[in-house]
Amino acid sequence: MNTQGLTAILKNQESSILGSWVDSQLTLSGRRTLDANEVQEQSRSFLSGLSMAVKHGYDDALSGPHWDDVRALLSNLSKNRAIAGFSSSETATFVFSLKQPLFAALRKAYEEDPKALTESMWGVSTMLDKLGLVTIEAYQLGREQVIDRQQQELLDLSTPVIKLWEGIVAVPLIGTLDSERTQVVMESLLEAIVEHEAVVAIIDITGVPTVDTLVAQHLLKTVAAARLMGAECIISGIRPQIAQTIVHLGVELGDVTTKSNLADALRVALKKSNLAIVKLRVATAESA
Amino acid sequence: MEQIPILQLGPFLLVTIQVELHDELAMTLQDDLTTRLAKTGARGVLIDISALEIVDSFIGRALAQIAGISRVMDATTVLTGMRPAVAITLVELGVTLAGIKTALNVDKGMQLLRESLDEPGEAPSPA
Repeated sequence: MNTQGLTAILKNQESSILGSWVDSQLTLSGRRTLDANEVQEQSRSFLSGLSMAVKHGYDDALSGPHWDDVRALLSNLSKNRAIAGFSSSETATFVFSLKQPLFAALRKAYEEDPKALTESMWGVSTMLDKLGLVTIEAYQLGREQVIDRQQQELLDLSTPVIKLWEGIVAVPLIGTLDSERTQVVMESLLEAIVEHEAVVAIIDITGVPTVDTLVAQHLLKTVAAARLMGAECIISGIRPQIAQTIVHLGVELGDVTTKSNLADALRVALKKSNLAIVKLRVATAESA
Repeated sequence: MEQIPILQLGPFLLVTIQVELHDELAMTLQDDLTTRLAKTGARGVLIDISALEIVDSFIGRALAQIAGISRVMDATTVLTGMRPAVAITLVELGVTLAGIKTALNVDKGMQLLRESLDEPGEAPSPA
């Protein structure tokens, strides 16, 4: 493909292309206000990378070390924008808004030669489309990273193990229990049992919206694992509907102690540890 | 040949597994323990597996069998010090070791054995 014309244009008119490109980016930016200096800087480095890559020629796949640089630059930018919360079209606008100034420059350069104009326009158009795809891919990757991180954070947040008393730990479960979460709950509960030398572990399912056979099975697995470690499990927070569901489903909870709320479960746990909470006799209150 | 030591501690037998338990070793342990139980008439067995990092279904079953044998020979078995990873593996394998008493560490296990000695009328669970 003939790249001399484009190379010359990029070289000679770099500043004017850059100016109108940055302008169109700023006007097209929509609801998000871009930092003009930042856009200027990003556009300038991208354009210089591009003109360097164009100078060394390009094929349909845009292969070669110079194109790799351009792609890396673009990926980096898109990923950062994705993490900053830009929408996909806002991110893609960066590359696509370059079309207009480039086409304008081409039109001026090939005013007398319509055939060459069409050809070079087509070349530039396919090149920018490919770069646009790179942008979108990188954008998506960035978003996925954000989602992955949030998922991990959610997982970490949702499974705290609390020490209620000497030798008594509790896990308040909130949200639907799936296999992955059960695994995390099980692991953190067992680690906590070792750490706190717990004899009783309370699993509170007040925050679990529904209990089906699968969830019940996961719970029973956790109970069995805790038992193997030498700790007894109490399941608390069983609401009336859930109690009905469990019986209707025919789930056999076996000899697992169940309680309707955490307070009752704590009472049982204390009793098992030969502890009791007693009310203090307040002399002043009685004399009054 | 490799062997797991069985120590006598009053009316109890103490087995601490400090090496990786492979199949043959588990079978040897079963034999040895049964012999010792018969000879000493011990009332309780404490097996400490805090050093055990890898278990498979065979070892899980072997542990369950040891407990079963001890029960037949009128001795309570307490398994102590199971690691979280091992517990999860055994549960996933479907080995719940029903009928075996468990404790977090040797100290708590001995306490459990002493308590079980105090209540001789306790009937073994039908499982």
